[in-house]
Amino acid sequence: MSNDMSNNGVVISESTKPLPAGVTLPIYMDNHATTQMDPRVLDAMMPYFGKVFGNAASRNHSFGWEAEQAVEKAREQIAKLIGATAKEIIFTSGATESNNLAIKGIAEMYRERGNHIITQVTEHKAVLDTCKKLEKQGYRVTYLPVQADGLVDIEDLKHAIDDKTILVSLMYANNEIGVIQPIAEIGKLCHEKGVIFHTDGVQAVGKIPVDVQKDNIDVLSLSGHKIYGPKGVGALYVRRRNPRVQISEQINGGGHERGMRSGTLNVPGIVGLGKACEIAGEEMEAESKRLIELRDYLKAKFEKALDYVHVNGNMDHHLPGNLNMSFVYVEGESLLMGINDIAVSSGSACTSATLEPSYVLKALGLGDDVAHSSIRFGLGRFNTKAEVDYVSDKLIDVVSKLRELSPLYEMVKEGIDLTKIEWAAH
Amino acid sequence: MAYSDKVIDHYNNPRNVGQMDKASSEVGTGLVGAPECGDVMRLQIRVNPETNVIEDAKFKTFGCGSAIASSSLATEWVKGKTIDEALAISNTDIVKELALPPVKIHCSVLAEDAIRAAIGDWKKKNSVAEPAAVAVAH
Repeated sequence: MSNDMSNNGVVISESTKPLPAGVTLPIYMDNHATTQMDPRVLDAMMPYFGKVFGNAASRNHSFGWEAEQAVEKAREQIAKLIGATAKEIIFTSGATESNNLAIKGIAEMYRERGNHIITQVTEHKAVLDTCKKLEKQGYRVTYLPVQADGLVDIEDLKHAIDDKTILVSLMYANNEIGVIQPIAEIGKLCHEKGVIFHTDGVQAVGKIPVDVQKDNIDVLSLSGHKIYGPKGVGALYVRRRNPRVQISEQINGGGHERGMRSGTLNVPGIVGLGKACEIAGEEMEAESKRLIELRDYLKAKFEKALDYVHVNGNMDHHLPGNLNMSFVYVEGESLLMGINDIAVSSGSACTSATLEPSYVLKALGLGDDVAHSSIRFGLGRFNTKAEVDYVSDKLIDVVSKLRELSPLYEMVKEGIDLTKIEWAAH
Repeated sequence: MAYSDKVIDHYNNPRNVGQMDKASSEVGTGLVGAPECGDVMRLQIRVNPETNVIEDAKFKTFGCGSAIASSSLATEWVKGKTIDEALAISNTDIVKELALPPVKIHCSVLAEDAIRAAIGDWKKKNSVAEPAAVAVAH
């Protein structure tokens, strides 16, 4: 600590106050990035790291049968959560692989029918980068814009579909701004036009009701570690009838997973994914109600205590645990630095390797300065009200102090229009 | 990202935060950076007209921790220096002192620019010949 007292009394971060009851540091509130595994999931997995070690593809002894039985149970658990049948579930290493398998596999399989793919600008990189690679191979990709609230315009989609369109890939819910797309409507349109509909359901499955029948989904990616399950395991739902969807395999080997994904199955991971899906299905209603309450409470506290806060994304079509908020005139990384005992994310350029602010927030038409000021809160199963109170109080405190330091905040308060200033940028 | 202890210290206890009367002839104001880039620094100096010594300095910064630390350090360093001595402060000195990683070097450049802009503004007010006009926001 410095002895220099010429700081006019501005002290950004104080950590001398006693912690409130029920709060231990650090606090994890970044549940869109990953989630802590539910102890019940770990319990279910443990035997498969030990005595039950068989290869699920071994057909002629009990070790193999036991493993296969566990895998088939997990397949049922996953299928039940999304309204599918067990035979429609393909196991993968995670959602990035699921997205790659879906998009590349469909593009390859239906190449003779057409070469056009439609997606949107706010997709996860696992979809965007896959589409970019296909563009290099001669496919044509339309990246739909989104509206200011993050929702895709169904009319834009309607106009984008042409006679060469083979696939529409639009995410169920966004990982940064939590906005839920009108999936059932999109799926219906795709079916009317005879186009396969894939959705990246990573953030939605297990958090909100997802039903591949009602939602008219043909192919859906999901992941274990976003739903309190293990990392390194995911699944792809592939519709078997009305219409039957075929996917060209991307990994060759022993012909596992009906030939769509070769490789010895990750039995403990799959058991964990199944258990995570089962728990999510049973507890979704109560959990989402609790998370919406906590989320709205967090939002209300910020709005009450601070001026110039901006909610990013449509709040009516929104994931329960997500809040993406810009604390304008404060830069995101400096904010994170002041709350270093709290794990959240920022859309600030300074937190990324590329020094570019979040492309999702930019797609909403937000100015870079608002994107630089954004924080993503990801509330989850293990967050408590006491934690929400601690996080909001701490954040309000640090934002207020950083605004004392912010020339922009001072200028706005003095009535200066920042857009009229000729900034001497680099 | 791991910050150096000096960056953390300046961030937690920023020196010389505030503003001075922009209209005063003794005060030079530099405003550099842009909100879109995520960095805006305002650095002000008050210069003794007899001695050309910078007697006081204030800053406010919108930016990351390294930007705040760079400008806070800049105010510490210019205080007590003559105009010419202050102009000799370079961004590499700031990088060294704060142990800034390569991705944060632009923060030190901005702090150097802020010093030069403040001095340029003061020179303009006091009709001191200034060879190269320094961009100052208006």
